[in-house]
Amino acid sequence: MGKTIAEKIIGEHSGKKVTAGEFVVANVDVTAVQDGTGPLTIQEIQKINLEQAKNPSRTILFIDHAAPSPRKELSNAHKILRDFAKKTGAILSEVGEGVCHQRLVEDFVNPGEILVGADSHTCTSGALGAFATGMGSTDVGIAIALGKTWLKVPETFKIDVHGSFQQGVYAKDLILHLIGLIGADGATYKALEFTGETIRKMPMTDRFCLSNMAVEAGGKAGLIASDEITRQYLISRGRGDKFRPIDSDPDAVYERVINIDASKLEPTVSCPHTVDNTKLARELNDVKVDQVFIGSCTNGRIEDLRIAANILKGKKVHKDVRLLVVPASREIFIQASREGLLEIFAEAGGAINTPGCGPCVGVHAGILGDDEVCLATQNRNFQGRMGNPKGYIYLSSPATAAFSALRGKISDPREVLVK
Amino acid sequence: MIKQGKAWKFGDDISTDHIAPGRLFHLRTNLPELAKHVLEDADPEFAQKMSVGDFVVAGNNFGLGSSREHAPQVLKIAGVNAVLAKSFARIFFRNAINIGLLLVECNTDMINQGDELELDLAAGIIKNKTQATKIKATPLPDVMIKILNDGGLAKHIEKYGDFQLV
Ligand code: SF4
Repeated sequence: MGKTIAEKIIGEHSGKKVTAGEFVVANVDVTAVQDGTGPLTIQEIQKINLEQAKNPSRTILFIDHAAPSPRKELSNAHKILRDFAKKTGAILSEVGEGVCHQRLVEDFVNPGEILVGADSHTCTSGALGAFATGMGSTDVGIAIALGKTWLKVPETFKIDVHGSFQQGVYAKDLILHLIGLIGADGATYKALEFTGETIRKMPMTDRFCLSNMAVEAGGKAGLIASDEITRQYLISRGRGDKFRPIDSDPDAVYERVINIDASKLEPTVSCPHTVDNTKLARELNDVKVDQVFIGSCTNGRIEDLRIAANILKGKKVHKDVRLLVVPASREIFIQASREGLLEIFAEAGGAINTPGCGPCVGVHAGILGDDEVCLATQNRNFQGRMGNPKGYIYLSSPATAAFSALRGKISDPREVLVK
Repeated sequence: MIKQGKAWKFGDDISTDHIAPGRLFHLRTNLPELAKHVLEDADPEFAQKMSVGDFVVAGNNFGLGSSREHAPQVLKIAGVNAVLAKSFARIFFRNAINIGLLLVECNTDMINQGDELELDLAAGIIKNKTQATKIKATPLPDVMIKILNDGGLAKHIEKYGDFQLV
């Protein structure tokens, strides 16, 4: 019987053939924590005298959620991470280097590996053909210290996508559509495997966007087979030698197969307060926006910034809208600067912030006022997410976000993009 | 082990942002303080109204969202006996067991706000004393029972120096 990507990778790491449903202890290649979860991780392993990193060069501590620190409690939390890095030799990703998930795919994770990270969107790295999953502080602490973890081998949903996107429709619209279709708990405990003609042609940036949001359907991982596009990406990152092909077998067993015709999709928006509350952008034309946020581990990559800048170039955002732009990593920031994108955002009236999570998690920089509405390119719109339970968050692609910033209300970007 | 207490009823999709809001990020290194805000974005007065030993009772997908272990931690520190829900989000489920917060998956439709509950863990039965009904709980996987019995994952590793789960 054939194996899924999840069964293959977990099998290799637990030293035996495994099938969905089995419990195993598996070796872990890469471990990661961020500044919200890391301090507790370190405290937990200190308590049991296990303050150590089994593979320090593959243990990464990210300062990204509250970067730069807006208050002393968080500055002190950052010190805990810096001290641990010094003591163990683990790698520290400092203020301004970027969001953990973007940094992980840029420099740390390779096909066929297992990554466990104390952040729910760790599934992003699944787009490289790695088994990457989010866990809590204690689980990741033990994985850092011992280099292993326990796993239940997940059943897999095959998401088979064919057809080409219409102009103005992107991977973000596809993943929002899928979550709307199966629900915020539609894939709880399951691995999603994105495949089909559309995915095979899709650039890495869009694959990251899909894998990133697997957890918003409850998924444990968002996996994509590694192929020539993955190899080219790794070469561009100086890790061409780390490429290996990972794919599911043709006769692999899936719990569910979902077919999607990408050509039928339209710009899609998640409405407050759940990601699965999706509507089409054109149905939301009467929703005024106070703030537009372009960034995050979902849509803060250079390609996203190019799409937004293309719409904003030479224009001014609506007088009642604040536009916040946060490149997902320092490298993206530099590239955007070289291409003149930051200038376009600033001239359009936007504010550009330090690479990192930005306003996504409601810690600083862009907290909503009561009854205010934000359209964001991030992955989550839960009540209170952007720092105020009385705020309203909508989610969309960078194109929909940029065009809505010009109009002052949620708007379908095909109006400007389709000529 | 028998646990008794009052039910506090919540709906579906209670997220980790409801339980331990991101805007209180700075309290994450001060869990007793953070626990004073437990579930604040779902019910602003919950922390004041509840008593130690009460149950949180919810619908589907409890604990969805972030991986923050602070969410189960503050429920435990606030003195919540157990969370009863129709289903739990995956990371929250793991985190809760790891830190020794009891989770019970069961049909919560027959439990109302304020009902007196009695949980018989060994039998896997929840008695609703107010309604005079009994509800059966879905058993936990063996791996998780082992972790709970050892007092959480850190204690398990401390005891054996390694995983002794499978
Ligand atoms: S950008 Fe948002 S979703 Fe991504 S890691 Fe940061 S807080 Fe989490």
